[in-house]
Amino acid sequence: MALSESDAEHVREHVRVYVTVFVALAVLTLVTVGVSYLHLATTYAITVALVVATVKASLVAGYFMHLISEKKVIRWLLVLCAAFFAALMLLPVGTQTGSGPLWPL
Amino acid sequence: MSSVVIPYRVKPHPLTGVTSGKLGIWLFLASEVMLFGALFSSYVLLRVGSLPEHWPSGVEAGLSVPIGTFNTLVLIASSVTMVMSWASLKMGNLGAFKRYFGGTIGLGLVFLVVKGFEYGAKFSHGIFPAVGWPEVSDPSTFNALYFTLTGLHGVHVLLGILVNLWLLLFGVAIWKTEPEWFTGRIEIAGLYWHFVDLVWIFLFPTLYLL
Repeated sequence: MALSESDAEHVREHVRVYVTVFVALAVLTLVTVGVSYLHLATTYAITVALVVATVKASLVAGYFMHLISEKKVIRWLLVLCAAFFAALMLLPVGTQTGSGPLWPL
Repeated sequence: MSSVVIPYRVKPHPLTGVTSGKLGIWLFLASEVMLFGALFSSYVLLRVGSLPEHWPSGVEAGLSVPIGTFNTLVLIASSVTMVMSWASLKMGNLGAFKRYFGGTIGLGLVFLVVKGFEYGAKFSHGIFPAVGWPEVSDPSTFNALYFTLTGLHGVHVLLGILVNLWLLLFGVAIWKTEPEWFTGRIEIAGLYWHFVDLVWIFLFPTLYLL
């Protein structure tokens, strides 16, 4: 597949971004592991782990999956998906009736 | 026998601006978000519903953080080689594509082999997905979630490897006649592979670190 020189340069620019994202993902993995050894209180530990994982996931989705330059139809599809996902994750909160266990385990 | 050609497999659909394949894979991945989302939601429900002292951390449950970290880096690296293989095709370099794509398959296999050793270690300690049932105890709830989540993810890795192997050995034949179609297929395979990586990015801290 023949590419014009400007297209090829465009792809080479992408490759530089991919390598940078790879380094960022590796560093963030080590950060999240390092933080786990600090034995933070559960709430903080969950917050840090989820924030780092979300940043990593955004990097993968944005750059490797090209979402930052993707067409509107795909982005709207994912907004809809995110809304349903949020509803799914809120289900346990909605069914939680008190501070104790839901049922004796 | 007439062959049916899927419309807009190379040229974008005028309404959506994307090819049929790309719209299809994103719809599929959206359904996958709900599949894994349901299991993550179950994890939250079960964990919140259990007493903290009854819920083991990953280390207490016998998981190795260094091994999990290694596998995380392996999957991230496989995502990079995947996207590099696509970029190689964009630049018309079939040789580089084969090297990077083969690397992705190899790294996927490394991930599965390591996971196999982890499972083996669990089994050798008598820990199985349903140990303790029907008397449900907290540790076995953790193990059930661990095996369900990592097992489902592992099946996704395995299927990705098989499809990628097919593309590398046989699917590549269309490169000579329809390079744009093949490049589109690799992009779609890549989207699936990156999604599998993305799921692991959440699975790793959830199961190993918290």
